[in-house]
This record gives sequence, C-alpha cells and structure tokens, in this order.
Amino acid sequence: MEAGMTAVDTAPTAVRIRHLLQLADSPLILGQQLGAYVGSAPILEEEMACANLGLDLLGHATMLLEYAAYLTNNSSDSDAQVTADTLAFTRDARAMYNLLLCERPNSDFAHVMVRHLFYSTWSLLLWTGLSESSDERLAAIAAKAVKEMCYHCSHSAGWVIRLGDGTAESHARTQAAIDELLPYVGEMFLDDARDSQLNELGTAPLPSSLADEWESAVRQTVQQATLAMPALNGNVYMHSGGTEGVHSERLGFILAEMQYLQRSYPGLTW
Amino acid sequence: MVSEVDTIWGLLRHIADPEIPTISIVDLGIVRSVAIEPRDGVDTVRVVLTPTYSGCPATELITQMVTDALAQRYGNATVEISLSPAWTSDWITKFGRECLAQSAIAPPAATAAVANRHPTMSVLATLSADPATGEDSRPEKCPRCGSGEAHLISQFGSTACKALWMCDTCHEPFDYFKPH
Repeated sequence: MEAGMTAVDTAPTAVRIRHLLQLADSPLILGQQLGAYVGSAPILEEEMACANLGLDLLGHATMLLEYAAYLTNNSSDSDAQVTADTLAFTRDARAMYNLLLCERPNSDFAHVMVRHLFYSTWSLLLWTGLSESSDERLAAIAAKAVKEMCYHCSHSAGWVIRLGDGTAESHARTQAAIDELLPYVGEMFLDDARDSQLNELGTAPLPSSLADEWESAVRQTVQQATLAMPALNGNVYMHSGGTEGVHSERLGFILAEMQYLQRSYPGLTW
Repeated sequence: MVSEVDTIWGLLRHIADPEIPTISIVDLGIVRSVAIEPRDGVDTVRVVLTPTYSGCPATELITQMVTDALAQRYGNATVEISLSPAWTSDWITKFGRECLAQSAIAPPAATAAVANRHPTMSVLATLSADPATGEDSRPEKCPRCGSGEAHLISQFGSTACKALWMCDTCHEPFDYFKPH
C-alpha cells in the first residue's frame, strides 16, 4: 500500500535487494537484543528506554525489509512471494548480513550503552548519507531514520559519560566494554565491490567515508567520560564477516529465539 | 455548502490516536491528503497517511481505523502510506498541542530550535556535550503546574516518540513529545 515511488537507481535488482537486506539486518538483530534486555536493565526508566530504542530499530528494519520484499516480488526471476516477515523470520545465519557488533551480548548495562553509542553514531552518519540517495524510497526511509538516530546518540552518549565519569565500578565496567567492543567497529567501515558500485550510482555512501567522523564524535564522548579508546587505525585487530553472512556463535542463539515461532508454525499470523 | 472532501476530513477528525485519545490523527499531522479521484471510471476516495515514527506500533492500527471508517460511508476508498516528506512534529496543529497538554504531555518545541540538523561534528559534539539537560529540546513548562523548571530523566519515555522529564517544582514526572 505504498504511494508510488520510482527509484531512479540503476543497480541490478539483486544488488539492491542484497544491499537492503544488509541495511535491515543490523537494526533487526540489535532491536531483537534490546527487546531481550527488557527485564534486565538496572532501572525501570532504562527498561522502557531500551524497549523503545529497539522499537525504533525494528521500524527501520521493517521498512527496509518491506522494500526488499517489494523488489523481490516484482522482479522477473522470482517464483515465491516473500514478505518482510518471511525475510526476518526464516533466513538462516548464513543469509543474514548484520554487523558482528549487533550480536555482542547484553553483558551488562555498560556493554549495552557502549554498543549503542558505537552503533548509533555509525547509523546516524550512514542514514545521513542515505538521505541523499538516488533511490527515492531509500532516501525517504533515511530522512525519517536520521531524526530518530539523533536521539539514540543523545541517549547512549549521555549514559557513557555518566557511567565513565561515575563510580570506580561503573568506570571500570565501561572501559572494559569499550575495550571488548572496539574490535567490532572496523567492520562498519569496510568497502567491497558492491559498496563501490552503489556509491558510484549515488545510492549509498562508501562505508569507509564514515570512519573519520565516527571516530571524532565517539572520541569526544569517550574523553568526556574520562575513558580511553585507542585509535582505529592503530594496532586493534578488527573482526569482520558479519556483512558476508559469516557470524559468531551468538547469532545462532539470537535467531533460535527470534525465529522459533515462525519456524514452528510457518505463516502463522494473529 | 460543505464539500465531500470536507466531510471526509471531518470524519477523520473523529479518529483519535490510539495511544493518546485526546488528540485526533488529523491534529497529529498523520493525514496528509484527502481527495476524490476517478479510478477506472469510478470515483474513489484516496486518503494518504504518513507514519510518525518508523517503529510506531500504532501505524497499522490507525491505517485500519481509517480504512474501516471510510468503508462505512464509501464503497470505493483507498488508504495509502507515504514516507516522503517525512513526518515532523511541526505538523502537529495548535489545537493538537492543546490536546496534548490536556493529557499532561508537554507539546514539542519547534524543530527549528532543536538539534535536528544534518549531523556534522558540531552536532554530534552538541549531542554528547550536555546530554543530561538536553538543552536543545526542552519542554516549555510542566503540563501540571506550569513551572518552567524541569530536568530530563530519559530521552525515551513511555513511548518512542516521548521523552521523560521531571518537574523541579511539583516533582511530578511528565512525558514530553520529542521535536522530530
């Protein structure tokens, strides 16, 4: 029931669908994790906040998956009809393209907030770039997401500062979170042939083009939090593979919980 | 003489937001356009809606409510969702803002006064510089006692579209509709 939107982008449909799935899977998995965190947050207000952070992300994933489904169903080489739901709930780990960062566990509140600071800063920069996309529908989704991610950055940065510049316990836990999660940041800024193709067509910014601004912004927060963060281009080993469908063990457990109902009762609706 | 389109707008003004029953979807700026157009030779009512937040769980319900309301009067009607231009809280009418205040929800400041700019280093720095006070987007006054003194508890309150603030005078927490 979408008002007609024509995409002027000329990338092959398969490339566009693959790109949309990759854009959708990170907020989908992170949204699922934030939902799973409800019941474990340190205070009631953060229970609600994390649920709403997750809700925003699920909204982004939904719009992107609906677009991917639309392209799939309208392409000449498709037999079965897919929906946003089938894309979210029946793809196995090898066909999911989320960042590894989004799979990292909800170890403690410091981890949840540092993960969110890292993710939302990247996401804000990415959505800003995508709001200039030559693909009109993608640009429209991005224009909305940009406004929402501003508040995600505000919320997570605020907590990282309070936790870092807090008690000895919160400071130690937040520093540990930064040290453990930083190796998953490099993946955000990797370019591949598809990224170059989409960038040339004006569909999406190059992932690597977001790195400098990300580092400046996050470093500012980290410093204000009296915490330390090594340079991205330093000697930090960076994990990768998530965007190619090669995931950690964690995703298996996340999907088992997220997809259980649809896999047990395919096509169930209520 | 009231036109048919005006009648439809009137109908839609009676559809309340499911989460905030004191405000209509028209006053929230969700209804973008109402028209009667010929389709395959038949006059068809066409209503275009814009979702407020990406993940708003009420969007589907509101769409269904509009569809049902139109179906009661018109044999041929379509309801469409438009993502562009993106919904902004600036589209909440003046009357809508009064409705919000009546539900003890502080209405949003104008987005021009708020950090809704395209991010640059300075914006991200602003966001991290003083997140506790949320200086750029604060409610004008407590919807209960009218005091201008309040502090931010969380940018994400009872719903994704609202932040949680606390009045420093009457000490009651209240929701603030975030400028967006």
